[in-house]
Amino acid sequence: MTLEEYTDRFTGMLNFDERKGYEGYIVHSERLVEFARTIRDELGYDYLSSVTGVDYLPDEQIEVVYHAYRSQGGPGLVFKVQVPRINPIVPSLVSIFPGADFQEREAWDLLGIRFEGHPNLRRILMWEGFHGHPLRKDWEEPYFEESEKPFNSRWPEGKAFRIEENKPFKKNVQYPPEFTPDGWIPEADTALYSGMVRLGAKDAGNGRSLETDQILVNLGPQHPSTHGVFRMVVSLDGEEIADLQPVLGYLHRNHEKIGERNTYLMNMPFTDRLDYLASMGNNFGYALAVEKLMGITPPERAEYIRVMMAELTRIVSHLFSIGTLLNDLGAFFTPMLYALTERELILDIFEAVSGSRMMCNYFRFGGVARDLPEGILEKVYELVTERLPRKVDELDTYLTDNEIVRTRSIGIGVLPREQAIEYSAAGPVLRASGVGYDVRRAESYSIYDRFDFDVAIRHNGDVYDRYLVRLEEIRQSLRILQQVVRDIPDGEFQTGKPQYQVRVPPGESYGRVENPKGELGFYIVSNGKPNPWRYHIRSPSFINLTAFGEMCKGHKIADVVAILGSIDIVLGEVDR
Amino acid sequence: MYGIGLIKGLGVTLKHFIETYLDDIRWLGRRYYRDESLAERQGPHARGIFTVQYPEEKLPVPEEFRCIPFLVYEVGEDGERLYRCTSCGICSKVCPPQCIWIVRSNDPETGRPIPSPTEFFIDIDICMNCGLCAEYCPFDAIKMDHDYELASYDRLADHIYNKERLSKPVTYYESIRPMNFAFEEAARAEKEAAKEARRKAK
Ligand code: SF4
Ligand code: SF4
Repeated sequence: MTLEEYTDRFTGMLNFDERKGYEGYIVHSERLVEFARTIRDELGYDYLSSVTGVDYLPDEQIEVVYHAYRSQGGPGLVFKVQVPRINPIVPSLVSIFPGADFQEREAWDLLGIRFEGHPNLRRILMWEGFHGHPLRKDWEEPYFEESEKPFNSRWPEGKAFRIEENKPFKKNVQYPPEFTPDGWIPEADTALYSGMVRLGAKDAGNGRSLETDQILVNLGPQHPSTHGVFRMVVSLDGEEIADLQPVLGYLHRNHEKIGERNTYLMNMPFTDRLDYLASMGNNFGYALAVEKLMGITPPERAEYIRVMMAELTRIVSHLFSIGTLLNDLGAFFTPMLYALTERELILDIFEAVSGSRMMCNYFRFGGVARDLPEGILEKVYELVTERLPRKVDELDTYLTDNEIVRTRSIGIGVLPREQAIEYSAAGPVLRASGVGYDVRRAESYSIYDRFDFDVAIRHNGDVYDRYLVRLEEIRQSLRILQQVVRDIPDGEFQTGKPQYQVRVPPGESYGRVENPKGELGFYIVSNGKPNPWRYHIRSPSFINLTAFGEMCKGHKIADVVAILGSIDIVLGEVDR
Repeated sequence: MYGIGLIKGLGVTLKHFIETYLDDIRWLGRRYYRDESLAERQGPHARGIFTVQYPEEKLPVPEEFRCIPFLVYEVGEDGERLYRCTSCGICSKVCPPQCIWIVRSNDPETGRPIPSPTEFFIDIDICMNCGLCAEYCPFDAIKMDHDYELASYDRLADHIYNKERLSKPVTYYESIRPMNFAFEEAARAEKEAAKEARRKAK
């Protein structure tokens, strides 16, 4: 049965989205849950990739956009729900797709969409008690200047000023009504703590087991294992973890709001700052999304350059991830620094090509910023055929069979196959659980269909398998790179003339790439103006954390550190 | 047997350790503080320890390296500064964090804009070193600098660069980006030649 036939079953409740430049279906909110169950159980769309709220201020409407895929691969299904902008209520899909959990909380937090039936609808990126919903179109941030860039005060009468001087503290912030900042005593996290599962209480005093008590432990926000500012509240029963809640948002800067104030091109360097270990990959995803809207494709050479950069990025990121994982396991800095040495050599290439080691800002709509400088291809060739394969083997030799590594990671943090799909896990986390889902194969983009490579896959879903998947992916990336260096043609590196103000026709688009951390998606709505109307990021690090609590249950605190390391998060992307 | 993996791992570490000293011996005390040895130590054939003894040693930056932008001027016959910038404002429009301010003045007599900026500010605290300004300036008037040692004692007084502070001569530009410079000069010469040819044809 095809989806078209289902429109009959949902008469009047399911319609094609007929707006120009839009795709998918609009479902009535009353039947949303039923529809989601239908597509999951009967049509096989078992993987809910992304949940995005959009504020259509002029239509007085809020829209929630869902992107669902089949875990076997293939194109996706887009469906939407529209609700009035005042007090928007949408049924929660957490019961069907648990992976919607954090994403719905994010939409509640930033757009004020109430998801009915969500088990834990608290703010996630902003703090409890924050006033307003910052991604609403009529919300203005502190130090607000104008709603769209470029700002008028810069030219032709640009007198430099510091925004802090124009709007000193307290004139730039909004408070909830009846809030006095001077007399404010921060509340304890009672709501958070009281929601934590206790195990001890239920067995207590029944004579069969030791009487235990619940202990709450906060790891972070400043904790070396979090690789940034990230907090975990752990509920312990004896030594065992009964529940774990990640607390996010310490690095939140409302990237998406900034993105909506920016013009299309300005967002490119901002994407570098998401997963700052994989800036080329972020550039790639964003460029794809905007190019889809503009209807352009880059020339051959640019495609090859892009793939080359993306695969080098994957190696960089996986090396870093393996290094830090070993750090977290207690192998203090030796493996890390060995991995970083190889990373440095690749960063040298990035620097020569793009001008920066980490904040590359190299992709442009319809190509890349500049051609490869002379001699770079030879350098890459030398690295990917000679040095890196040797060094990856060395990494393999001294880590894979190491007894301590094996004891610390085998059987730890297991995420079974079904759960991995349910929780919308992505990237190595998903593939280590036996799901061979890789966007490069599942819905091939750019020129990945031309290359010979295998999707790394393991079946145990534990910390060790995630490490092995990453190691294998480095090898596969090297394979792709060897083909790229062999086949790269001469020619243009950019279609058309470079423009600083691109024209993007109205419509929506979702560009997704397989980033080192998982599926990175950019959802963009254009209304034909120079600035995107909506700019949303499906961030793999963020969504992979949804299953984190589940993975930790029953383990010890020391394992939490290993499990977090194996998910491989980057806080720049988690908190955005 | 239990422990083999550990021993293998330690073997790799030992190899790295020994290689560092082997390299020291191979270079006979000339392994540090010299450009040739630095290039070797940081290249694809590097072995042993990989660190750079900053600030005594500095990694050379590639031509495309970008830090803070600067304004290019040419030196006129009387030694005056001829700015390439026409204060067209494109860089300030393309700048993502909006940290470029340009004052364009009008000629008091004709009322027409003067094609050279009266003032030019960049707040280097806000600048994200993206290089878009240099990339989209139609007059090759603003370029990205290689100087990355920018620490200063007073953030408030020193970090908004004005036109004076931003200006660097075209010879400096040539010295840090010779390939780009040659390429742009060739393009300019070609354009001039085409113009000349058109004028003659008339
Ligand atoms: S530096 Fe270039 S882009 Fe900026 S105002 Fe001057 S000429 Fe225009
Ligand atoms: S480098 Fe980027 S951020 Fe800095 S002044 Fe130029 S455009 Fe602005």
